Amino acid sequence: MTDLSALPPALPLGSGLRGATIPVLRERGQREVFCGLTGIVWLHRKMQDAFFLVVGSRTCAHLIQSAAGVMIFSEPRFGTAILGDRDLAGIADANDELDRLCVQLLERRPDIGTLFLVGSCPSEVIKLDLAKAAERLSAQLLPRVRVVSYSGSGIETTFTQGEDSALGALVPLMPRSEARQLLVVGCVADVVEDQFRRVFDQLGVGPVSFFPARRAGDLPSVGPNTDLLLAQPFVGNTVRALEALGARVLEAPYPFGAEGTTEWFAAAARAWGVDNAQFQTVTRPLEERARKAVSRHVTRLSGKSLFLMPDSQLEIPIARFLNRELGMRLIEVGTPHLDRRLMAAELPLLPTDVALSEGQDVERQLDRLRAASPDLVLCGLGLANPLEAEGFATKWSIELVFSPVHGYEQAGDLAELFARPLDRRERLRV
Amino acid sequence: MQLTLWTYEGPPHVGAMRIATSMEGVHYVLHAPQGDTYADLLFTMIERRDRRPPVTYTTFQARDLGGSTAELVTRAAAEAVDRFKPRALLVGESCTAELLQDQAGTLVQGMNLPIPVVPLELPSYSKKENWGAAETLYQLVRRLLAHRIPAPGTPRPARDPQRRPSANLLGPTVLGFRCRDDVVEITRLLGELGIDVNAVVPLNATPEDIARLPDADFNIDLYPEISGITAAWLQRTFGMPCAKTVPMGLSATREFVAEVAALAGVDASPVLGRERPGAAGFDSSKSRLAWYARSVDSTYLTGKRVFVFGDATHAVAAARIAAEEMGFTVVGLGTYSRELARPVRDAARIYGVEPLITDDYLEVEKAIADAAPELVLGTQMERHIAKRLGIACAVISTPMHVQDVPARYSPVFGFEGANVLFDAWVHPLVMGLEEHLLQMFRDDFEFHDDAPPSHLGAATEARVTGSEVAPAAVAPVPATHETVATEPASGSVAAIVEAPAAAAQAAATDATVPWAAEAERELRKIPFFVRGKARRNTERYAHERGVKTITVETLYDAKAHFGR
Repeated sequence: MTDLSALPPALPLGSGLRGATIPVLRERGQREVFCGLTGIVWLHRKMQDAFFLVVGSRTCAHLIQSAAGVMIFSEPRFGTAILGDRDLAGIADANDELDRLCVQLLERRPDIGTLFLVGSCPSEVIKLDLAKAAERLSAQLLPRVRVVSYSGSGIETTFTQGEDSALGALVPLMPRSEARQLLVVGCVADVVEDQFRRVFDQLGVGPVSFFPARRAGDLPSVGPNTDLLLAQPFVGNTVRALEALGARVLEAPYPFGAEGTTEWFAAAARAWGVDNAQFQTVTRPLEERARKAVSRHVTRLSGKSLFLMPDSQLEIPIARFLNRELGMRLIEVGTPHLDRRLMAAELPLLPTDVALSEGQDVERQLDRLRAASPDLVLCGLGLANPLEAEGFATKWSIELVFSPVHGYEQAGDLAELFARPLDRRERLRV
Repeated sequence: MQLTLWTYEGPPHVGAMRIATSMEGVHYVLHAPQGDTYADLLFTMIERRDRRPPVTYTTFQARDLGGSTAELVTRAAAEAVDRFKPRALLVGESCTAELLQDQAGTLVQGMNLPIPVVPLELPSYSKKENWGAAETLYQLVRRLLAHRIPAPGTPRPARDPQRRPSANLLGPTVLGFRCRDDVVEITRLLGELGIDVNAVVPLNATPEDIARLPDADFNIDLYPEISGITAAWLQRTFGMPCAKTVPMGLSATREFVAEVAALAGVDASPVLGRERPGAAGFDSSKSRLAWYARSVDSTYLTGKRVFVFGDATHAVAAARIAAEEMGFTVVGLGTYSRELARPVRDAARIYGVEPLITDDYLEVEKAIADAAPELVLGTQMERHIAKRLGIACAVISTPMHVQDVPARYSPVFGFEGANVLFDAWVHPLVMGLEEHLLQMFRDDFEFHDDAPPSHLGAATEARVTGSEVAPAAVAPVPATHETVATEPASGSVAAIVEAPAAAAQAAATDATVPWAAEAERELRKIPFFVRGKARRNTERYAHERGVKTITVETLYDAKAHFGR
């Protein structure tokens, strides 16, 4: 083993109780957030052999369509089995109907290898057992198609938690392995996956698998010698399920920004005993390049105040990046759900004067926002134009999950996302 | 259980949101789980609304289900009334809350709030958005007029002759197609006739505006999908007559003017005199459509095959305009509005096409592919279909996208609306003279089929992608009027493309007959934008006649067979 202390202890990890002791304001009330079904929009792009069938209402279909924003595909790899009055009247019939519909769907789509049955608010309330339906259909359709179920309902999941549910549903199906390996958990864009793989290769860390993989059918293996490195901060349930199979988490900040990405790779490098010189050789040029890309936006963002409305659970890592690498002042960092364990390496990096809030009462939060009068607001699409009309510059949070923002090569893009609204305001003279 | 990929309409509570968001002083308490707030972005993004919809969501979660979700309703209602000070409150449930049977409306009615409370029952599992909007408007109007309902049989008081006649405009909403500008256009038109607008409901209306609806002499049911049942109730209850002509298109606008003039007892001739059928009226008329359609450049529009799909009102009107005012041939007509399917069926009979009544996007796509139209008039769904099939398209109906809410004034109703429609439908098509120039220059070294547009430089790819009006991108050629305009299809092999729609479908399933090299070369001489259809029709012709190899003769035989 190499000298672990030689690896960058650049961050005050565990050094103090800075952000870790920030009091958290917990609120209940109207939540201006998407439900977990929204995750289908990016999950189906990642897993190209999967179909996502929501069992729900017209509202569910309308939500996904509206969140996706555009209709690109004539027959997308997602759809909604819309419950009708007849389905509500008799669950037994609803099961038959669902089976019929799935078989019909799969006959049309021979390219599909994994079918996700996605539970919704109505299907949960009427207690339609989709797990049983998945079992029943799998028995009928394997080996060609595997059917899995998870819930993306709004009564149980907020926005990105839908991905956590989907991945969690795949964990029991993962092959077991005793091999020493690294598993990166959380959906990242293909381009990011490729970049990460190159760095791991150069560091000599491996074998590395990504979860989810590009094909839902290519499930990575897991076992007692699997180390988990989290690419997304919203995969708490998936992590717990993987830990139950013997895997262990490498604690690290999330790979956003130059610093976060280096720390993230450092966690894997430490576990693999990569020596410091090699680590520096590999990461320093990449980090330098990322810092250079980020630095272009410092003048515009430095000293500006930021208010983050709760949405994707990415708020804390993103706030950390914008504060530490771009010098933004954080007013309130909202998160729909604060998983302290998954944020253990992030919270100490936040300044102590930040207000942390969990959950939402949107009206009260907007009162606080107006009182604080931030220079920039991170918020959902429903709030963006109304806030702009009130005079606030806004950044849509949905871009953080729809566009590649992880890693060294995207650090500049991530900064640019926040600089652009301010840039725009400087240009406009109307 | 119905498999849906894309939907034309949202759930009924989104229709209720459209009513609440259209108005001032009305708030909607919606018993709904987390996630249903997605609907806010329809208003703030598609319509670029500068305010959040006036909706308070109870946001119940799984852990609330065991206890009292009902308490969330009363708390949300109390807080909403306190914070927003509405003058009328709508209370309803989204699909999931409907299953909980908390009776949200009754609960809030029991709170003795100091404002009118309108409980809404919108069955999410059988009804859709437009129905929900219509029902919400109806319930709201009934509630706010409850104190004014006359005893049955009470005669309607005659209008004070000192007062100008007045009308209510019913049905325009946010997220309705061009409602913002249609209201302006129709208000202007009524003004020219000497008719005042008493109230516009629900767009920008207050509860007080609704309360004075009966003060008008008559109603105008501008958007029957939304206001049909309300107009009928006002007629039954207050004896208010109702104008039912939807003024979309030149003829329909003339008929509308005549109808409202008769209802108001005013003389329509000052307006209609300028808008005589067949008259160019270039100096006095407000509608340029009649003259533009008759001008020689429009000759190329003759018989263009058009497929129409949308809500019933806009689809029926668009089909009539297409046939009677543009000189197109309607090759398909349909609607997703099942509630108003009848007028669409009636209209389809006029054009000799099978009415397509469906909300299944794939069925519409197939019908369009089979009909092989040159222009699609549809919703944003058909825009995507048309784009994929490489067919020109203009949007005439909701559901729509942000680009269908233009910054400029662009009504589709009234005389100016007819002008807007002429432009909107002609722009996606290849212009008439361009079509001839394409023929003339097709083998030119600078302007062959695969050459990139010269003004974009040699390195540019042939087509600029991402343009909604792709077919118009082909011609950087100036269309000067020195070039002689002739009937485009008659002199060319392009007549083959006129094969009937059903036949084109049959061809698709046939085995392909091989082409002789010479015939392939001849086929290349047909403009690229009709070549595919010419190929399919020739192959079908050959297949049906057992021709083993397609020769130049077969090609021209097929042309003669399918040509008009």
